[in-house]
Amino acid sequence: MKTVREILVNVDKCTGCRACEMACSAFHSNPKFSSINPANSRIRVVSNEITDEYVPVFAGNYTKAGCDGRHVYMIDGKIYSECSFCRASCPTRDYFIEPDSHLPLKCDMCESTPPLKQPWCVEVCSEGALVYSEREVEREEPVQAALGQVETGLQALMKQHGTEAVIARLTQMRDQK
Amino acid sequence: MRYAETGFNLEVDLTRGTCERVATQHDLAEHYLGGQGSAAKLLWDRVPAGTDPFSPDNLLIFSTGLLHGTPLPACNRTVVNTFSPQTNLMSHSLFGGFFGPEMKYAGYDKIIIRGKAPDLVYLYINNDKVEIRDAKHLRGKGCTETGDLLKKELKDQGVQVAAIGMAGENRVFMATIDHNYASAARGVGVIMGDKRLKAIAVRGTSAVNVARPAELFEMSQRIHQKMAGSSGCGDWMAVDEDDSFHHNHFAWGNARTRRPGYWNEELQDRWTRLKYDNMDRQTGCYNCPKKCRNVIKMPGHPRFGYKCFGKDTYHMAAYLELDFSFEILAVAQEYGVDSYSMPQVIAFALELLEAGILTDKDFPGMPADVKGRFFYLLEKIVRREGIGDILADSVSQAARRIGNGAEAFDHNTTKKFEQLPIKLGKLNPAYFLMIATGEKMSITQIEGSFPQDPLPTEEQRQEFVNGWEAVPDEKFKEYFLNWKKRSDISDEATCDIVDWNEAMHYIDDSLGFCGFVSSFRGQFGGDVPYHMNNIPEAIELATGMQMDKPKLWKNFQRIRTLIRAINVRRGLRRKHERPPEDHWAVRDEKYEQELLSKYYTFKGWNSEGIPTRQTLEELDLAYVADDLEKSGILDPTVGASR
Repeated sequence: MKTVREILVNVDKCTGCRACEMACSAFHSNPKFSSINPANSRIRVVSNEITDEYVPVFAGNYTKAGCDGRHVYMIDGKIYSECSFCRASCPTRDYFIEPDSHLPLKCDMCESTPPLKQPWCVEVCSEGALVYSEREVEREEPVQAALGQVETGLQALMKQHGTEAVIARLTQMRDQK
Repeated sequence: MRYAETGFNLEVDLTRGTCERVATQHDLAEHYLGGQGSAAKLLWDRVPAGTDPFSPDNLLIFSTGLLHGTPLPACNRTVVNTFSPQTNLMSHSLFGGFFGPEMKYAGYDKIIIRGKAPDLVYLYINNDKVEIRDAKHLRGKGCTETGDLLKKELKDQGVQVAAIGMAGENRVFMATIDHNYASAARGVGVIMGDKRLKAIAVRGTSAVNVARPAELFEMSQRIHQKMAGSSGCGDWMAVDEDDSFHHNHFAWGNARTRRPGYWNEELQDRWTRLKYDNMDRQTGCYNCPKKCRNVIKMPGHPRFGYKCFGKDTYHMAAYLELDFSFEILAVAQEYGVDSYSMPQVIAFALELLEAGILTDKDFPGMPADVKGRFFYLLEKIVRREGIGDILADSVSQAARRIGNGAEAFDHNTTKKFEQLPIKLGKLNPAYFLMIATGEKMSITQIEGSFPQDPLPTEEQRQEFVNGWEAVPDEKFKEYFLNWKKRSDISDEATCDIVDWNEAMHYIDDSLGFCGFVSSFRGQFGGDVPYHMNNIPEAIELATGMQMDKPKLWKNFQRIRTLIRAINVRRGLRRKHERPPEDHWAVRDEKYEQELLSKYYTFKGWNSEGIPTRQTLEELDLAYVADDLEKSGILDPTVGASR
């Protein structure tokens, strides 16, 4: 069994206060809580008061290339851009990029020793727009033991040229030697 | 490195087109905190007494609070100060939202604007990069519309924008500066417009550092949790739909008529449905667990946000219902006008028409119905067209320009500023002093810590004081325990109560705290998360500066006295310190003047309400005393005597 840690985002409950950004940046500063900088936060509230859009989004994987972001979603009559839900740290926007080093940021669920009860963003979200949960899932059977370098190479050759051709060629090479 | 503050101001000269990042004096916060406190020091030092508010030498200052950007919750009110053409005194204005913290993250404690641009410009601040940019394409655009357009133009949804609408552009005295759905009222939009500054767009990505991180964060979280679960702070009007208090007790029209018994259950049900059927959500300001702003979108009308009494002013001025306020607020907010003073100006104009002082010729094409008339006058005023050009100068000045008896209809102003529409029976001594001597122009900006009314039984009073953490001194518990009838309270207690009420506002407005979690809210329930007993610790942990209750109190007195001196230098005297004559039906001039004298003495001011040399010296303001003596305002031969 393994533990999956999740944060449920309820956009209808978000008030746009950005306490989550404050707490995240404080926790991840060094020493802890010594500085506040929402630009350093691993959660950002994508907001637009004109369209009534308030979407907390967590930093996910880094991507080298930006995208066109052309998809537009309409949910309950409200328009959301693709960026609203995208977790990528990408060159298209300045979210999830550490402002000084320009290195990508990624949510680590406030990893800490000893572990926190829940991540700080959830802790400060008194409206319940962010809800933390843990659930146990069956661990999948481990796949076969990892292949070594030689095996990986041979497997690729066998796939491309056929097993027989590879054996024949290997035999030939051994005999020539 | 400084803690909590950035240590830099942004100085912008719109005449010369220069922007400069200037280091601030390192011990400024020790004496004046930040926000309005240090802004007052700048206005004293740099704007000579005779400066016309419309002169390029007038400054328009956007200040962060000393504690903005720290983890302390509900610390986000940006302060705007300048000199007002309406009162010729220092303007005091605040707005919530995200602007102040963003300024700090961009690296500035203040943005100081002087001069005037040749044509409409906006200021773009992206950390160290500061540009004065052309804004002709934004002319006539609404306040939130401007914010939206700038975010698109700058390709950055994270930019925070404060903008004026058409009212500010046209130098309407009631013009506001708006940010998201928050409004800086009380006469600052007019100066931003006069400087031809349409908007400030700010974006910051640097850190605010604090002195004692773990302790401050722990304190912040304790306060955050208290606030989130408490009904003792925040705007109760966001959740309590029983608004009988304002509708039954405040005056309607041009602050004329009380309608006791107006409120009823059927009305409450209908208005509650109207609100919730059209409300998208309630939103909060930066790092605050309360959600005081109601965001409304009526079909066919623009979206807007309101909080508190702002939802009542228009329909009460027009003797209409809530749906009218919703309709007109959606338009008025984009024009950028003060929803407290504007409805009174319109109602005043309609009274003059009824009285024959103005005639139909002054209102060409005006509809016959009151709703149509309000919209008509709103348009005329924000455009300064026809009679709107005169009305745009506010009730007091318009009355004098119109003449012919119009002055008598200017019945609800103090220091030329529109007051809340409250007309009561018997004089309330504390409220007399607060309205008379307040220099923040609205009673909401001075009342708030001591309860408005006594509790009926001794048990209730005892229970109230038992849990009363906010009192700066035990004597306030005594005052409350012995207080049985509203107007029956000693002058000594009255002076102390007014002083405490005032103190909390001056402290909040220098640190950046919202009145709904501090200065304004204690009067209703007493259970505020920020008060004199924990604010000193918050300052210490955030800034590293040594602070305790006596020192903080002295800071309040210093800032308050400096602001008094600023206004005294511009002509404020005892004769101006009069609540509207009809505020109470029963008045007692002799008693009122005696009380005022006692309060002046209590404050260390002379009989004209001018701080004495001794008071000024005790507050390290000898330089102010020198100046007041040099300009003949204080008599040097009186010296140290009070």
